[in-house]
Amino acid sequence: MTLTVRGLTVRYGEVLAVRSVDLSVPDGGVLALLGPSGCGKSTLLRAVAGLEAVARGRVCWDGVDLAGTPVHRRAFGLVFQDGQLFPHRTVAGNVAFGLRMAGADRAVRDARVAELLELVGLAGYERRRVTQLSGGEQQRVALARALAPRPRLLLLDEPLSALDRELRDQLAVDLARVLTETGTTALVVTHDHDEAFTLADQVAVMSEGQIRQVDGPERVWRRPADERVARFLGCSRLVSATVRDGWAESVLGRVRVPGDVPDGAVRLGLRASAVRVTRADRGGGTDVEASGEVLRRVHQRDHVRLLVRVADVGEVQASTPFAGVPEVGERVRLTLDPDAVAVLAG
Amino acid sequence: MSRVSRERRPTGTSVSASTRRRVGLVVLAVVPLAFLVLFFAWPVLAIIARGFGEGGVSDMLARAQTWQLVGFTLGQAAAATALAVLAGLPLAYVTARLAVPGRGLLRVLVTVPFVLPTVVVGLAFRALFGDGSLAAIVLANAFFNVAVVVRTVGGLWSHLDRRAEDAARALGASRWRAFTSVTLPALRPALGSAAAVVFLFCATSFGVVLVIGGARYRTLETEIYLRTVNLLDLPGAAALSLLQLAAVVAALAVGAAARRRREGALALRSSAETTRPPTGGDWVVLAAAGAVLVGLLVPLVAVVLRSLTTSSGFGLDGYRALTGGGEGGVLRISVVEAALNSVRAAADATVLAMVLGGLAAVVLARTRRAGATQLLDTLMMLPLGVSAVTVGFGYLVTLSALPSGLRDSPVLVPFVQALVITPLVIRIVLPVLRSVDDRLRQAAATLGAGPVRVWLAVDLPMSARSLVTAAGFGFVIALGEFGATSFLVRPETMTLPVAISRLISRPGELNAVAAYAACTMLLVVTALVVAVVERIRVRSDTVGEF
Repeated sequence: MTLTVRGLTVRYGEVLAVRSVDLSVPDGGVLALLGPSGCGKSTLLRAVAGLEAVARGRVCWDGVDLAGTPVHRRAFGLVFQDGQLFPHRTVAGNVAFGLRMAGADRAVRDARVAELLELVGLAGYERRRVTQLSGGEQQRVALARALAPRPRLLLLDEPLSALDRELRDQLAVDLARVLTETGTTALVVTHDHDEAFTLADQVAVMSEGQIRQVDGPERVWRRPADERVARFLGCSRLVSATVRDGWAESVLGRVRVPGDVPDGAVRLGLRASAVRVTRADRGGGTDVEASGEVLRRVHQRDHVRLLVRVADVGEVQASTPFAGVPEVGERVRLTLDPDAVAVLAG
Repeated sequence: MSRVSRERRPTGTSVSASTRRRVGLVVLAVVPLAFLVLFFAWPVLAIIARGFGEGGVSDMLARAQTWQLVGFTLGQAAAATALAVLAGLPLAYVTARLAVPGRGLLRVLVTVPFVLPTVVVGLAFRALFGDGSLAAIVLANAFFNVAVVVRTVGGLWSHLDRRAEDAARALGASRWRAFTSVTLPALRPALGSAAAVVFLFCATSFGVVLVIGGARYRTLETEIYLRTVNLLDLPGAAALSLLQLAAVVAALAVGAAARRRREGALALRSSAETTRPPTGGDWVVLAAAGAVLVGLLVPLVAVVLRSLTTSSGFGLDGYRALTGGGEGGVLRISVVEAALNSVRAAADATVLAMVLGGLAAVVLARTRRAGATQLLDTLMMLPLGVSAVTVGFGYLVTLSALPSGLRDSPVLVPFVQALVITPLVIRIVLPVLRSVDDRLRQAAATLGAGPVRVWLAVDLPMSARSLVTAAGFGFVIALGEFGATSFLVRPETMTLPVAISRLISRPGELNAVAAYAACTMLLVVTALVVAVVERIRVRSDTVGEF
């Protein structure tokens, strides 16, 4: 019960949208394809669904090549970014569609529809018109519709991107719960790492049609495979460092790194959350810490983001709580947060 | 994403499914194309061949009279087109942009003239202006086509994002400046497309010119008819047909170019979001629209009044005469029988056109190669522009080659009528099919629906209303078709419009009144069908032409 993709290439005219991609999703696993827009992740998903012509390579289910299996015989569910519900059908009519195609009789369909609407938190919505639903509700119906015929694999194409942030966070949690509860094997495409980390147990980072790294969420976050992955995951600056006995030493000071990082030269990927500042006039801190000058500050939802100029390094993004925010032009001390620093090979 | 993937098709090699669908589409396309070849291309090509014979093109081109004819044809068409566009714009604005009560009724009233039988329109203007008036010809042609402008331009206008205009106003443009600098350029494709279609209709207008102009004012179209029927000058008529064909192809090309641009990058909104209550200058436009509407209604009222006017004051003599064959036995069958013939033929033609046009629309909507789509689209549109008289004449020329059973069979009338309305069916259904997001079909496919079931579950329900619209309009246009039908009917299978033209062309007070009475009947049926179709359309709020 696994999806395997081998050497998959999809071509649009001269452009290679997907280049020789290998990946696999084990039974019950959820793999996120994470990458910037235009990186080919949606094309890859559509090729798995059978909606794009494959130039080279194979899409296999349980080792069986699906090249000769048309879309409607693959039994892969698909959820689009904007629902794409059938506007002329009710909620129940949408959810029951796949069951009708499979020839299920009415009692079975009704029971399954009720069960799925319950699962996605829309119990009792059967007779509503889909055009009267909010965006979040439509997306829940789309999920129920895709799950109703018990697909072997669920494909989600940016399932939350069209929603407001609040709704997105909430629906992401609900979606993760539904995937776990139903034990559904899924492939989800997203450009949002929070979404990927919430939903998936494995994350494949893509850029320019290729997969750069496949790992668990935490490892992708802390040990990006290369500079491109690190930058996509928010590391706006890389600094060289030397590791010895689990500590990395850089111009920005010492920071603890994961135990499996071998001694020697590495690069530290700095994202705003990895660089903490304290005002230079306050006590504490040690002499090995670096300092810099605040160039700009931007208030965000739950912290303040600063742009700090550091001698020998350049401009570095940093973050600080609202209390005691330094002024623009003030000198501040910088410390690295070991939980947010990314470590790359040197 | 669907947009991107529609334009940039993957060019993979290993997909047998795409081969299968291509074969399927070709098979579907074969039916309408075969019909087109047999019942359109063959007759028209036969005409072209004759046009190159002796006494044909070269002879006709050398005559000053020919060029006068061409000049008059194009001149009256240009004048009528300009008039129709000017009269149509205020109505388009009101129906598209103003939240005023009675917009639905307004759309019905504006649409009725377009589907009215040409003979009725001709008689209406004859009732108003008397015989042989140039102004009446231009007015009648414009009257006929105002609906095309209102529907094509209004259709786009009602879906244009109003905020572009609002942005212009916020940047300091007056309402008029905002209209001329933002809205008008956005409407240009629809305006160009509408003007090209109207010009085409006016240039090939037959019934109207024949009824009003008689022998005095002739266009290429009526001249072809007169030469064929009265002078038996087949090569000359063929040469004129050829000339007209050239003009038509040119006009179609312009229209196609305009349509292509229309399907480009306009931000379209649901029409419910774009209407507002009238303010300030809107009242001026409303008044202008009201004046145009009165102008559209006057000829219709004139027909009804004339049908009730006998030598001895008002009376129903004309209606009583409908059960007979006209004064002095002008017709071999009664007018009522002719009406029944019309209904039968139009119903058959509608069914045929729905099948042919439906198939063509499906193929056009699903074909991914732009070149093939354009070619098929243009081919299927040709009958709309090629004069009905040329086609009917072509049938006469090619009939001798048909087996005698088919040659004399009454099925030819619905065939030629289907040919006339199939392009209309395509133009109404195609935009709706194209507006269906491809991802809906993909969603259905991933849920286990095969190609046929996808079509049944997605395309069919979503285009159902447009299919009803197409069938309704197709039926009334077939009902009123005159040009080609008049070549093919025999006295026993005569249709109502042909009967009306026979009645009016013969002396006798009763014949004239009966003709007007029959026109009133057609008028009422037409208006009823349009009203029903409009009700369905208004609720559906689809994107379509006409």
